[in-house]
Amino acid sequence: MSASNLKIENLHVSIEGKEIIKGLDLEINGGEIHAVMGPNGTGKSTLASAIMGHPKYEITEGTVTIDGKDLLEMEVDERAKAGLFLAMQYPSEVSGVTNADFLRTSINARREEGDEISLMKFIKKMDEKMAALGMGEEFSQRYLNEGFSGGEKKRNEILQLMMLEPKIAILDEIDSGLDIDALKVVSQGVNSMRSPEFGCLIITHYQRLLNYITPDKVHVIMQGRIVKSGGAELAQRLEAEGYDWIKEELGIEDETVGQEA
Amino acid sequence: MSVETKLEFDQEYVRKFSQDRQEPEWLLNLRLKALDAASELPMPKPEKTKIDKWNFNSYKHDVSAQEIKSLDELPEDIKSLVGKDEQAGNLVVHRNTTLAFKQLSDDLREKGVIFTDILTASKEYSDLLEKYFMTEGVKIDEHRLTALHAALMNGGTFLYVPKNVDVEVPLQALYWQEDAEAGLFNHVIIVAEDNSRVTYVENYFSTGDDKESVANIIAEVFVGQNAKVSYGSVDNFAKGVTTFISRRSRVSRDGRIEWSLGQMNDGNTISDNITHLDGNGSTAETKTVTVGRGDQKQNFVNRVFHHGQNSESNLLVHGVMKDSASSIFNGITKIEHGAKKAFGDQTQRVLMMSEKARGDANPILLIDEDDVMAGHAASVGKVDQLQLFYMMSRGISRAEAERLIIHGFLAPVVNDLPIEGVQKRATEVIERKVR
Ligand SMILES: Nc1ncnc2c1ncn2[C@@H]1O[C@H](COP(=O)(O)OP(=O)(O)OP(=O)(O)O)[C@@H](O)[C@H]1O
Ligand SMILES: [Mg+2]
Repeated sequence: MSASNLKIENLHVSIEGKEIIKGLDLEINGGEIHAVMGPNGTGKSTLASAIMGHPKYEITEGTVTIDGKDLLEMEVDERAKAGLFLAMQYPSEVSGVTNADFLRTSINARREEGDEISLMKFIKKMDEKMAALGMGEEFSQRYLNEGFSGGEKKRNEILQLMMLEPKIAILDEIDSGLDIDALKVVSQGVNSMRSPEFGCLIITHYQRLLNYITPDKVHVIMQGRIVKSGGAELAQRLEAEGYDWIKEELGIEDETVGQEA
Repeated sequence: MSVETKLEFDQEYVRKFSQDRQEPEWLLNLRLKALDAASELPMPKPEKTKIDKWNFNSYKHDVSAQEIKSLDELPEDIKSLVGKDEQAGNLVVHRNTTLAFKQLSDDLREKGVIFTDILTASKEYSDLLEKYFMTEGVKIDEHRLTALHAALMNGGTFLYVPKNVDVEVPLQALYWQEDAEAGLFNHVIIVAEDNSRVTYVENYFSTGDDKESVANIIAEVFVGQNAKVSYGSVDNFAKGVTTFISRRSRVSRDGRIEWSLGQMNDGNTISDNITHLDGNGSTAETKTVTVGRGDQKQNFVNRVFHHGQNSESNLLVHGVMKDSASSIFNGITKIEHGAKKAFGDQTQRVLMMSEKARGDANPILLIDEDDVMAGHAASVGKVDQLQLFYMMSRGISRAEAERLIIHGFLAPVVNDLPIEGVQKRATEVIERKVR
């Protein structure tokens, strides 16, 4: 087993009593990049949020482990400290808390008291990563996501990813709202993270992103389950042909959750 | 209907108290009259806050304390409030209601600035004090607590700035209730004559958590024509202290008052802040921050009366309620008939950190003139669970995330407090309260 591992087995997730994820299995190892694709409303964000520990989602069945440790037993912050990261589809805005303060607090939260990152080192690293993402210096002192444009928020998520260096990252529609140049920059950011210790799950609707970040595996989710898996070529076929052929293949009429095959 | 109430203190006690302090005749008479009134006047009725169970009776009145010879004798945490060098140059320190230390630079003294405790003022500047003491500002007979205040006043500060004098350094007052049961009946008077400028910064604090006591505080601020007073305070009484605090200002033509209040008591509190913009072109800027915790109940009223034409007021109130703390925030902008072209704006925001915390913000505009501009905004909301989730997903603990959110929520007010010392002190107290 490699250094980083996220293992999801028979996961069932409900929200307000309605089951959204219905028995999902997925394993991601360090060094691997997985893409999850699927039509709107099929449970992709639910999967991501539930793994991170979103308070609204209830896990009714199944297990999720990170490096063999039970993730579902942990508080949200403990999951992060265990190495999990989620770039959210809709990141929150927090007024009055600067981006820099937020990041420094996040970094220090994973370090022992007395072993906090030095301010110099922090600033240097942040400047470096912001430059790599084409973010202006002013973003370090702006309040966390407040008034950020859609694309700026996405870059900020990737900035956090690069600063925090998690073992396993889930990126939920990190490409939506990005212009062509930003898409390249953000992809470069993600690619720079690639290492045998880093595993990544990319949720996306578009092949475009996967042109820049080549996935090792592509999964299609429908009705709260993974219904098809393949290599990078699967994404290309979806881009070209849409989802109908899969639905036909599997006899699915309505792919959204709550509909049974 | 009059409500006869038996008071803990009688004529004889008050007479002796005043005489022991060798107060002038007018003050003794005022006290006796006020004592009479107190037994007949009703308690104040803060809107939406029931105070009938609050402790207003249990405290020690006649307390005294040792003077201190130098600031080095102050406990560290209190000394740190004073600041360094220039900042520390001018101050009065009250310990258990009594003057313990005072210092005023020769330069200011020569310019005619008076900055002393109220007892000294009653002897040395009797006429001046008599002119301003509960005459044009707070009235003795507003309710029982104002009357009791006059009867039992046992400490305070008198600050007088003559015409055209610009006091560049802040003048500081520390009110340190070392004896947890000492009742504080503190009276502050600030007179800024025409074209003068002054910054006054006060810190109230008490030690001893649950011991019961009362603080009954009145501050009266008179801003002359084209004068400016910047008034900063951090109130930080312990849990057992019931506080009634009334701060009031009258502002003459083109004068300006700035209130910067950190309202950080841990006990039940009624705060009544009133500004009268009497003169044409007078302005008021009020900024307050509050953190409520435990099961304390508080009632904050901020009121501005526009009498003068072209008068302008801005009010910004941010409050955070934790645990099962509850607070009422009433913002009242009153524009009187004739106050043409007046401008009044108010914003009150309350953030509740827990299910049991309660906050209520009521913006009230009362306008008796057509040619004016007035606006208000108010919001009361619970802490956003998604925000917490987002922050925690980066490894930040819930407590730390809440801490950041609270500081962030209060930042627009705190970062904008015009007096640096108050900003710093308020931040420290907030930090202590949110940890
Ligand atoms: N908080 C919620 N309350 C009620 N229903 C919800 C909630 N969150 C998600 N759902 C429902 O769960 C289903 C799956 O939603 P989810 O956000 O996981 O879809 P998705 O695959 O990420 O879609 P998209 O591609 O549009 O982002 C949808 O039908 C959605 O309406
Ligand atoms: Mg989604």
